[in-house]
Amino acid sequence: MLASLGLILLCQLIGEAVVRGLGLPLPGPVLGLLLLLVLLLARDRFALLARGPLRNDGVETASKGLLAHLSLLFVPAGVGVVQELDLLASHGIAIILVLALSVVVTLLATVLTFRLVSRLLKQQDAR
Amino acid sequence: MKDNPFSLWVYLSQSPLLWLTVTLLVYATTDAVSLATRRHPLANPVLHAMWIIGVFLLLTGTSYTTYFAGAQFVHFLLGPATVALAVPLYENRKRVVSSIVPMLVALVAGSVTAVVSVVLLAELAGLPRDVVLSLAPKSVTAGVAMGIAESLHANPSLAAVAVILTGIMGAIIVTPLMNRTGVTDYRARGFAAGLAAHGIGTARAFQVDEIAGVFSGIAMSLNALVTSFLVPLAVTLLVR
Repeated sequence: MLASLGLILLCQLIGEAVVRGLGLPLPGPVLGLLLLLVLLLARDRFALLARGPLRNDGVETASKGLLAHLSLLFVPAGVGVVQELDLLASHGIAIILVLALSVVVTLLATVLTFRLVSRLLKQQDAR
Repeated sequence: MKDNPFSLWVYLSQSPLLWLTVTLLVYATTDAVSLATRRHPLANPVLHAMWIIGVFLLLTGTSYTTYFAGAQFVHFLLGPATVALAVPLYENRKRVVSSIVPMLVALVAGSVTAVVSVVLLAELAGLPRDVVLSLAPKSVTAGVAMGIAESLHANPSLAAVAVILTGIMGAIIVTPLMNRTGVTDYRARGFAAGLAAHGIGTARAFQVDEIAGVFSGIAMSLNALVTSFLVPLAVTLLVR
């Protein structure tokens, strides 16, 4: 468990270091995600890597534990709304309407594009 | 301590322990309520934990800085949790690879829609320029959005609030909206949730369906990438 958490943190650390070092416009943890994915895939290919947290579902179990409470992790940032009460008092309704409309439009655009493209591909395969 | 119970409060209210405990207990309660309502969208645990803790801070006159000294231990885990998304991605890699084309096209369509729609609507509503810029990156996860807002000389803490509000509204709206569109493909539904509502959408997607959660996590990561490039471009083109 400890080694698994350590491995997750190490992936994030390397991600942050590379992003900072090279000035990449992406978040460090996203690079860390790619790194852990590559490690898991490499483990299946090379038996040598299947040790420590990469053995017996170690890192898998730790990751699922973290993801089980993903919502909780947003609470501290969300409470930050108390700092913006003045702004919300003056523009709150407009801001909330703008965000609500935009999120609906974005959800629809994404889901419909996904469906459309995967249907088109299926039709092609069928031919 | 006995002659002045107030001094105990003064001590505790300044300690990280109290605010970490409050965060965990309030969330445990709102999450239990959410579970008891069989994950009804309106019982969103983040939404209710947020306002309950917010009211508590206002009533006790506690500053956000003091609160965050305790809550930062929870906040910190956002990074490792993002790395941990590699695991569901790895376990479902075959399904992901087979949907790569619809995913990439939907990613471009969704990212562009997210940024352009919010900028145009905010301008239409006559919001000040600084607010428009802070709302632009609202569909990506908090850390990234704050970075984008900073690079545009906008208000990072407003950007974070816009991100959380978007996430909560997205998480509440996604299930009823998707049911109405008649889309039953959980890959598409999850992908839309993660793209439009980042980690809060992803948390919601995992509650509904494992595959939806996986696709939501991918969408959230990819959108963080695309939006970092897209916002500066859209702002130059669209904001007066």
